[in-house]
Amino acid sequence: MGEAIVFYGLSALILGFAVMVISTRDTVHSVLFLVVNFLLVAMLYVLLGAEFLAVIQVLVYAGGILVLYLFVVMLVNLKRPPETYQDPRRQTRLGLALSGAVLAEFVAIGVYGYTSPEGLPAVAAQAVEGGNVEQVGWVLYTNYLIPFEVASILLLVAMIGAIVLAQRDV
Amino acid sequence: MVDTLVIPLLKIVILLNAILIAVTYMVLLERKVIAWVQSRLGPMRVGPYGALQPIADAIKLMAKEDITPTRADRWVFTAAPIVVLVPALIVFAVIPFGPEVELFGRSVPLYITDINVGLLYVVAIASLGVYGIILAGWASNSKYPLLASLRATAQLISYEVAVTMILVSLVLTAGTLSMVGIVEAQRDAGLWFAFVQPVAFVVFFIGGMAETNRAPFDMPEAEQELTGGFHTEYSGMRFALFFLAEYANMIVISTVATTLFLGGWLRPFPGVAALGFLDLVPAWIWFLFKTFVFLYVFLWIRATLPRYRYDQLMRLGWKVLIPIGIGNIVVTGVVKVLL
Repeated sequence: MGEAIVFYGLSALILGFAVMVISTRDTVHSVLFLVVNFLLVAMLYVLLGAEFLAVIQVLVYAGGILVLYLFVVMLVNLKRPPETYQDPRRQTRLGLALSGAVLAEFVAIGVYGYTSPEGLPAVAAQAVEGGNVEQVGWVLYTNYLIPFEVASILLLVAMIGAIVLAQRDV
Repeated sequence: MVDTLVIPLLKIVILLNAILIAVTYMVLLERKVIAWVQSRLGPMRVGPYGALQPIADAIKLMAKEDITPTRADRWVFTAAPIVVLVPALIVFAVIPFGPEVELFGRSVPLYITDINVGLLYVVAIASLGVYGIILAGWASNSKYPLLASLRATAQLISYEVAVTMILVSLVLTAGTLSMVGIVEAQRDAGLWFAFVQPVAFVVFFIGGMAETNRAPFDMPEAEQELTGGFHTEYSGMRFALFFLAEYANMIVISTVATTLFLGGWLRPFPGVAALGFLDLVPAWIWFLFKTFVFLYVFLWIRATLPRYRYDQLMRLGWKVLIPIGIGNIVVTGVVKVLL
């Protein structure tokens, strides 16, 4: 009972802040709402018993990536209100099509999980057990070793690319 | 009910008050220590030997006019000092001040909670403090605070990488992320990790000094260049919140360093049975004593060393400390596999 109240309260807050992110005029405020949003998602992870994921969410997303977003947004100084400037390359139709596709995917996952009871609960049970650091590590280095290594190589390539780009004018 | 709600709440109240009092007296101690180093007396007027000076300071700061610049972003300007202070305080939730003690017939652990990702929690919460600094600089809408906050952020992010790298090798040694677990690992090893990982200890200490913006790394507050730093536009109690946060962060770094490297609540040389009489001193006193030593060293260094230049600071962070951190992980891993 108490868990359900916390869950729905958190979900309402997360959705509310998500709406604030895209509806506010000031870009810096928008990033700040996103920070709050990510922190609330971390609390949702705690509620699911996945403390490791929650802490990593705060450390990587809220504490790392969004700081860089904030840097960029602060330095380019987007003080103009959005209606005075319309990006000529704006792809409204493509954007609508992509967001429709993502929505359809979410609906499909929801329907699939709802209709086949053995589909999603197995994943959820694993997630609860995986709150432990050792279990996440175990799963990551056995079942998901190849995706893990592919992601590492992707990050390595991005890192080398950044160094090459930064060194060009030296 | 009593064990799950009342005792934790009492512990939180006591701990927060103790930290805030400790912070105000850190300011006095800093002024006194620096004065002694420079053959002065320091504050002497309020109370015996200036002992009531922090209270006078607090009253003065609260009585000051609270100014918000006209062109500042009002909401963010108000939120920034709070965002700086809160992470510095909630880190204490996982700091173990001592093992379980018997108190009125009840076994009470001297820490608020022991989560199995304690060390990661410390790092994650500490990484949030940087927001307050960026936002303070940006919301003031003034050039010096903005420059200072960019410097501060660059410094914090760079040294956070080095410190986190170092913590990886420490976790490899301890085999756990729980703060209580790390102290117990040192008890089982019979040796403080400062002796097992001396390189990590030194790098952590340097990184900790840089992360708390203390001299010789107090670049974000270089008065000569930035007229005061990211909090130039703040006045009264809001300015005081930044100072509280800075000193609270010093205490955080000192307690974390004590837990990770100096054996937390353990007595010196926990493996030597001949020194067993040292156990007569309660465990939490050892913890506070070690923390105090760290804090004193912070002040001592500030009174002794001149400020680094900005490019030297960045070079030290990226070209010295981070490579040492990575090398330390490799060596620790190899040794761990071989043993």
